Amino acid sequence: MTVIDFHTHVADGDAAAPLVSLLDVHLAFDANAVLRGINLEVRRGQAVSIIGPSGSGKSTILRCLTGLLRPQRGEVRVAGTRVDALRSEAELIALRKRVGFVFQQYNLFPHLSVLENLVIAPMRVVGCERAAAERQARELLDKVRLTDKEKAYPGELSGGQQQRVAIARALAMRPELMLFDEVTSALDPETVGEVLTVIRDLVQDGLTCVLVTHEMRFAEEISNEVYFTEAGVIVEHGSAANIFDDPRSERTRAFLQRARGEGKRGRSVNLPHPLPLEFERLRFAF
Amino acid sequence: MVSELTLAPPAPTWKLAGSAASAWRKPWFLAASAVLAVLLYWMLTNSTPAVLVYLWTWSPALLRGLSANIGISILTMALGTAAGLLVGALSFSPLRLLRVATRCYVQVFRNAPVLVLIYFTTYLFPFEVRLLSWTVPFPDWIKVVLGLALPASANVAEIFRGAIQSIPSAQWEAAHSLAFRRSEIFLLIVLPQCVRRMLPPWMNLYAGITMSTALASLVGVHDLVDAAQIASNTVARTDFTILVYFTLLGLFFAYCYPIACATRALERHHDRH
Repeated sequence: MTVIDFHTHVADGDAAAPLVSLLDVHLAFDANAVLRGINLEVRRGQAVSIIGPSGSGKSTILRCLTGLLRPQRGEVRVAGTRVDALRSEAELIALRKRVGFVFQQYNLFPHLSVLENLVIAPMRVVGCERAAAERQARELLDKVRLTDKEKAYPGELSGGQQQRVAIARALAMRPELMLFDEVTSALDPETVGEVLTVIRDLVQDGLTCVLVTHEMRFAEEISNEVYFTEAGVIVEHGSAANIFDDPRSERTRAFLQRARGEGKRGRSVNLPHPLPLEFERLRFAF
Repeated sequence: MVSELTLAPPAPTWKLAGSAASAWRKPWFLAASAVLAVLLYWMLTNSTPAVLVYLWTWSPALLRGLSANIGISILTMALGTAAGLLVGALSFSPLRLLRVATRCYVQVFRNAPVLVLIYFTTYLFPFEVRLLSWTVPFPDWIKVVLGLALPASANVAEIFRGAIQSIPSAQWEAAHSLAFRRSEIFLLIVLPQCVRRMLPPWMNLYAGITMSTALASLVGVHDLVDAAQIASNTVARTDFTILVYFTLLGLFFAYCYPIACATRALERHHDRH
């Protein structure tokens, strides 16, 4: 097993090529077009956020990156692999070993303890020894600040704790790329901060991350690059400062205004800066 | 020091007296002591009712009959579970023909009266099977096992299919993204969760099948009901007939009630996790 260096931008010889690139990706569920020509690039060590209204195809983009969904047209490249061309299970497994995925609903394995959730994939998929897998699992639990929870079952943990276990479970495969799919959308406002803190640490460690998020303030803080999607197309992308402070598109401007306005209305207490951050939450809108 | 030592011993006797006092209030303990007292009175005064003496003399035959029911129920569930898991697994086959066939099997045998199925297997299979020069008898109780295993397997197949479908697709998605193979996901993630979900309905089925074994007497198997009929005809007293059938109720209850209790305990355990 190769040790993944989180600071891969210095280690990789082909640092100029993007780690992830999507080229004119189209995907439809039956007659329902979800992605209509997505272009996107992520370089090693970057944190890229995808923002946009619900149903604009953000989560679908992430699922294309790890081969959970296959686009009907266009190219998906991850670490030199044409993901859209993968057919066999073995090829998909080789890819998924390198890409971690964290879901909105955590999706921990409820019949396994926290420690077993963390060691099962390294042991069964990678072939690690139990002792080594457990040692790594405990280190990861330290990292996500859940040192004392290894014997607990997912059902006994809060949403924020479960989500941090899910992040640790994905990290246990030592991925080169982490995909976060609205990982705080199902959480109580109080526990959102603890999950974002963990993600911020990963980004600072230099792990390449792609985040689909509704936490505008967080996206602004950690992202090198922000993409705004609407109705299956990238409306605009650029640095966090560009997108949030000076968006070119009128639609981006309208979305941000709505997101921020509703965020303010939905929150009565203004939390002190810098920590925990203030997070606008779209789902309070309804 | 000395005074402490002398003071120490009485404590345990107090505790014993306390536990005995609380045991007195337990309904089961009260009922058992009452029965014991009545039995003792009858034995001492030699005035035991004749009907109870008959029941006592027939009780070994009744228990032998019960053992036949228990044996049939255990074999039926073993066979039905094995066949049901196979049929349930086949219902996920990529082949349409297999899916339709398993669907038909499940629908037909889940919706057929058990008694009809028992008659069906009894008259369908021969009394004995000839294998080359050997003649192997095909006893009625095995036919009953087969007759009961048909609906049992159809029910197990349905329980299994339901359990697999009740595992959210997100579990598959999460396991896929951790680079598990399909077969590994099924064995390591889905199946262990299914077992827990299947256990309560499976035990309900077990209790149901056990009660259905009473039908075995209708095709000539010497089971508990058959033993009771023989006893009742031989003794030929109305009060004994009533008593013996009440005993039957009690025996079936004593076997099925713990299964129901264990099912509920499992469900509670399931809820907590």
